[in-house]
Amino acid sequence: MIGHSMLLRRGLLLGTCMTWAWAVGCTARPDRQATPFPATQEVAEWVRTGDVRTFPAADLWKYIDGEAERYLKAGVRSVSTADYRFRDKLDAVVDIYSMDSKSGGEKIMESEPAAGAETVRLGDGGRLFDQSMVFRKGPYLVRITAYESSPATPPALLALARGVELRLKP
Amino acid sequence: MDRGNSTSRRNFLKSCLAGAVVLGARGKGELLEAADQSSAGAKSTVVIARDSMLRGGASAVDSSRILSLLDRAMQSLFDLDHPAEPWKQLVHPGEKVGIKINALGGRGLSSNRHLVEAICERLEEAGVRAGDIVVWDRDTDEMGHVGFSAATAGNRVQCFGTDRIGYEEELVTSGSVGSRLSRILTQLSDVLINVPVLKDHDGAGVTGALKNMYGVIHNPNKFHPNGCNPYIADLNLLPAIRTKMRLTVCDATTACFEGGPGYKPQYSWNHNALIVSQDPVALDYTGWQIIERKRAEKGLKTLEADGRAPRYIATAADAQHRLGTSDPRRIALVEV
Repeated sequence: MIGHSMLLRRGLLLGTCMTWAWAVGCTARPDRQATPFPATQEVAEWVRTGDVRTFPAADLWKYIDGEAERYLKAGVRSVSTADYRFRDKLDAVVDIYSMDSKSGGEKIMESEPAAGAETVRLGDGGRLFDQSMVFRKGPYLVRITAYESSPATPPALLALARGVELRLKP
Repeated sequence: MDRGNSTSRRNFLKSCLAGAVVLGARGKGELLEAADQSSAGAKSTVVIARDSMLRGGASAVDSSRILSLLDRAMQSLFDLDHPAEPWKQLVHPGEKVGIKINALGGRGLSSNRHLVEAICERLEEAGVRAGDIVVWDRDTDEMGHVGFSAATAGNRVQCFGTDRIGYEEELVTSGSVGSRLSRILTQLSDVLINVPVLKDHDGAGVTGALKNMYGVIHNPNKFHPNGCNPYIADLNLLPAIRTKMRLTVCDATTACFEGGPGYKPQYSWNHNALIVSQDPVALDYTGWQIIERKRAEKGLKTLEADGRAPRYIATAADAQHRLGTSDPRRIALVEV
């Protein structure tokens, strides 16, 4: 037999949970919180063509093989990746590295030659190449790589990068 | 290696062209044989075949031109006139042939599908049944991502990753390496044709023929310290690799001079070339020089100055390994 005080405690607990759930439901933007990857057409003319795959630091080698050591030394926690297509023609891949700290992304970018890159104001700093771009924001390092080069490629990559940047919490 | 040495190596490449001698085909020559020849003073032949119009006006490689390029490379390597003849010396009907590709670099920097199709075409002309050919790498999905759709049924060329049939239970050891081998190598391949991609490698310096064998074991992540040295050489000494690898066709249609092994377009270039040899050490040495030449052109430090010289290549040629030669005086370099 359940006592009166027990019923009261259960009722209070249930009420608290319902209030918390309602509050979260009212304030959260589930998609934005769930993933930093823009949905299809969230950035004009970009379609996400694949699922997001995530590799924790211990499995990084399965995705980037011999580059893993460099990222591990810089404090990588995980990398998530997804494929995109622009105007049904240009394919690209977005890689988002989550690092221990802001300095992790800095280390990676400093270790890479910047010749031929245009410096872009995005997040905490970015570089735009003819067919790829890289930027960092807080503990994140984002690399976007296209598989074709055309005059439309750099502006399209930059637009997609801005879409990712908006979703990244500093 | 300083820039002076780099320059002398470039001069060496040029001088080799002038005096290159195409050695006769070694038929079913295996790496031990290559090493024996090397120790006996014979030269290892490395052929670089290039086609500046390999892509026509497009960004993708033209399938018919890459077949012609492959033929040119193989006929030169074996000094034979007909496109199917080199393959008849290399393989025999009834043998199972594994074609180990490299799909790790993603779409921009993996073994070219048209190249692999061209190899399969010539193998079949040499009498190998399509169903006895398996195109493989580590992971089926990874392969699918770069254009190699899974195929496991019927009399077609098989195409799938080790994830489908797994690794041997038994751990095999060689020097510093202890690993389980892909069952595709141990059970489905009498002959191994190695189809790596020419790339800069953050850890090893350069990746080509020898490093591609990291894709045949279950634990390659254990063997990246110290520039992968002596791990790469020790791994290639395993009998299942050493005795089965008869040919390397290195895909240098798109190559990478920095930031590898992943694809970064800003550090890649369309070299439009294939590098073929039966000596994986000589091939890797030659590929290294190509990458150094490109790095110099781009104003980058040599791999030595960058602390990433591929020392495993010399290790692979040393007296303990004898997997081939890294001595430029013993490499007959032929450009066609």
